[in-house]
Amino acid sequence: MEHILEQYKSVTKNNVETWFKVGMTTDFPENSGACIKYKTKQIAVYNFKRANTWYAAQNLCPHKMEMVLSLGMIGDKEGIPKVACPLHKKNFSLEDGTNLAGGDLKIATYPVKIENGNVYIGFSD
Amino acid sequence: MQHIIVVGNGMVGYKFCEKFVEKTESKNFKITVFGEEPRPAYDRVHLSEFFENQDAKALEMAPMEWYADQNIDLIVGERVAEINRTSKTITTAKNQEFSYDYLVLATGSAPFVPPIKGVEKKGVFVYRTIEDLEGMLAYAAKLKAEKPNAKAAVLGGGLLGLEAGKAVMDMGLEPHIVEFASKLMPRQLDLRSSQVLQLKLESIGLNIHLSKATNQILGDDAITGMEFGEDDILDVDMLVISAGIRPRDELGKNSGLDVGTRGGIVVNNKMQTSDESIYAIGEIALYNQMIYGLVAPGYDMAGIAVDQIIGETASVMPAEIDMSTKLKLIGVDVASFGEPFMPASSGHSIIFENKTQHLYKRINVSLDGKSLLGGILVGDASDYNMLHQVYLNGMAIPEDPSQLILPASDGGSSFGSVLDLPDTAQVCSCESVSKGDICCSITDGDCNNLNDIITKTKATTGCGGCKPMVVDLVNETLKSLGKEVKETICEHFNFNRQELYDLIKINKVADYEETLNLFGEGHGCEVCKPLVASIFATVTMETANRQPAIQDTNDRFLANIQRNGTYSVVPRVAGGEITPDQLITIGAVAKKYDLYTKITGGQRIDLFGAQVHELPMIWKELIDAGFESGHAYGKSLRTVKSCVGSTWCRYGMHESVTFAIDIEKRYRGLRSPHKFKGGVSGCIRECAEARGKDFGLIAVDGGWNLYVCGNGGATPKHAVLLAEQLDDETVVRYLDRFLMYYIRTAGPLVRTAPWLDKLDGGLDYLKQVIIEDSLGIAEELEQEMKGLINKYECEWKQAIESPEIMKRFKHFVNSDDTDDNLEFVPMREQKMPKAWI
Repeated sequence: MEHILEQYKSVTKNNVETWFKVGMTTDFPENSGACIKYKTKQIAVYNFKRANTWYAAQNLCPHKMEMVLSLGMIGDKEGIPKVACPLHKKNFSLEDGTNLAGGDLKIATYPVKIENGNVYIGFSD
Repeated sequence: MQHIIVVGNGMVGYKFCEKFVEKTESKNFKITVFGEEPRPAYDRVHLSEFFENQDAKALEMAPMEWYADQNIDLIVGERVAEINRTSKTITTAKNQEFSYDYLVLATGSAPFVPPIKGVEKKGVFVYRTIEDLEGMLAYAAKLKAEKPNAKAAVLGGGLLGLEAGKAVMDMGLEPHIVEFASKLMPRQLDLRSSQVLQLKLESIGLNIHLSKATNQILGDDAITGMEFGEDDILDVDMLVISAGIRPRDELGKNSGLDVGTRGGIVVNNKMQTSDESIYAIGEIALYNQMIYGLVAPGYDMAGIAVDQIIGETASVMPAEIDMSTKLKLIGVDVASFGEPFMPASSGHSIIFENKTQHLYKRINVSLDGKSLLGGILVGDASDYNMLHQVYLNGMAIPEDPSQLILPASDGGSSFGSVLDLPDTAQVCSCESVSKGDICCSITDGDCNNLNDIITKTKATTGCGGCKPMVVDLVNETLKSLGKEVKETICEHFNFNRQELYDLIKINKVADYEETLNLFGEGHGCEVCKPLVASIFATVTMETANRQPAIQDTNDRFLANIQRNGTYSVVPRVAGGEITPDQLITIGAVAKKYDLYTKITGGQRIDLFGAQVHELPMIWKELIDAGFESGHAYGKSLRTVKSCVGSTWCRYGMHESVTFAIDIEKRYRGLRSPHKFKGGVSGCIRECAEARGKDFGLIAVDGGWNLYVCGNGGATPKHAVLLAEQLDDETVVRYLDRFLMYYIRTAGPLVRTAPWLDKLDGGLDYLKQVIIEDSLGIAEELEQEMKGLINKYECEWKQAIESPEIMKRFKHFVNSDDTDDNLEFVPMREQKMPKAWI
């Protein structure tokens, strides 16, 4: 199982090697998540329509190693954008991937950019 | 710097440290603590909770780091072997020597093991430490593997013995309590209350043997039974001895301190032993010729010893010690306070006993009838806190003192408000917190809610028995300051569910976005979104398909997400009636998509392991065959369970299946604050288990009896009788009103039983609203329900007919691949998800 988790490492705008096009903005549901595939990775993409911002993170919930985070409900905790895992409602920050209730579990986050109505996710590989 | 050595790291030893470091003078002292057990002090009072979670850490009074942070040297797993009073040193079992200026003995007690022949056999345990429990658990597990119906006995029917009885019951062993005296809890209860307790305990499966003196323990190597007398033998496979405690006073005895004839180190009211630099606290201290085996006096002693050592010499132990206790034994309330047993010459007793409900209440009042001297409560101790306060503070009692324990006729309490208590009233005796401490912290502005109060005063953190009273005090004080006390939905909405329901309805709000704009802030969360979705389902009568982004994951995909992220599919099988053709269809679909199938508790069939892209295909086939969504994924009506009824059953009085189908179809798809279930039984044999449901109908001569607000699950509750002998039409009318009223007023995720518990006025009030229409809303409720019923649509039919909705049922947005992370393993000719690591 560990090898699945190992391929997810946070990427920031500064160390993006590839901006991978994952679809049109209209392909993604508003105010919720959807999943895309990049090589062997599954990435959850979240469209915060109200704030007109997008976030991306690993689809894998590190708690029980299931590919479910794109299905979770999104929202914010004291202004921090977050996703709640649909299995056990663990809350993860979409800004830095930390578990908002504390603890060691953390998810990898990826930068998103929108150009000409297309959605791109930044990867370092 | 002076050095204090604390011998013993139990609850009282810990409390000494906690109280000491709170003092400013503590900086002039260095504390070293020795604990014999391998871990820091833990909450022994709640030891039986260890069985539920097996989490020793959760019981800790404070983590290891706390001691370090407080600059206390905690040395665990090391016993102090000797005190040398002339050189003021101690020597440990590992032969290390430490010198002290003050020595505090808090070695507690050890279980008393009576000298019975055979106590050394395998399978005989004592009940005191986490290690004892671990030993019992391991032995019980081994026993059960060899012998599924193994029995365990507890020797001793006192407080701790009954706790141990619960422990062995939780381990899945058949529990037996063996008591030498002729009654249970002989120290706390009188004969009649003890008999009521016995009835209650027997009703939940404990076997009780009184007046039994154990002669010997039988068995070769391991225990196989207990012998009480000739031909009087109880076969058991395990034994837990809980026959009292003996103070661990050997250190004191060997160093020449004064000890009592039956053990315990003699202390004065300063907690000083016969050596003025040595203190003794807790269960080894013999004060007033008594050993106090309760945690509250132990904590008080710790506080006195602290005060004495730092020089507050006026602080001494009172001559009278309150031995009142309240506890929940195996789910049964038991409390005694003041003088529970009282000779008739010193006062009058008022006794209320109801064996059918396992209730006993006794209060003792003075001969002039003016003051409360003590009492006993079994079965319902909700009056304990107030009675205890009345007793402690010598408050005036009503002219007819029976009002103190009899249910008040107007439904209100005969005590008045908690705010009537004097400020000095001690609310939390474990932490010595008075009513004044709590109320002033709020009026001074230091604390604004219950959590603040708990953090500041530590009230409720001991035995927890005072919690209801502390909650009341906090709420009443806040109210008296004009502050509103309410539970709001979450950080995004400063309203409760009912308020938001009204706001959305009155303002004709269009959707969640508008709700957030008008009445909330931020981006919402997983709490408020589904709650608002549920409100819209009622107010605008929409299905989960209109606003998918605010639905819980289950509602968004119209299926139940399972452990591995796959889904389960449950078609409606109204009333549990299914044709052979329908069975064949379900079987064929399950086979085609390789789904694990299981019959549910609600008389239908669950198909597990479907991937998201398969859901529409599966549902297309089911809908084509005449099925519809079963709404197993929603906070909505699940099923109406039925027995076969008068159509086939030779006892049936009415057609329960037909009626169950009618009702299930009537309320199908109805969204509500939580899921709800119904049941219809054709006679009083009640095969549909209707009283375990949110609403239940039982056929009787002349119609149906309607029960409401029951459930199974974690907190099972029988439904209560709302109305009798109703015809079909009236049942439906009452049900419409009842369900609609619940949907309008219940909090989020509150099922009908806790909703009724919290409803002001309870069942009587509910009857007035539903039957007598006291609020004048019955017509409105019925109309709203009619609207919802007429608007019903199968969500899955909606979904497969809409290309827009179908876009949702895809694992990847940018690929037609499916999730390659799924792994299944075979199980009994079907499959299951690979286990979590």
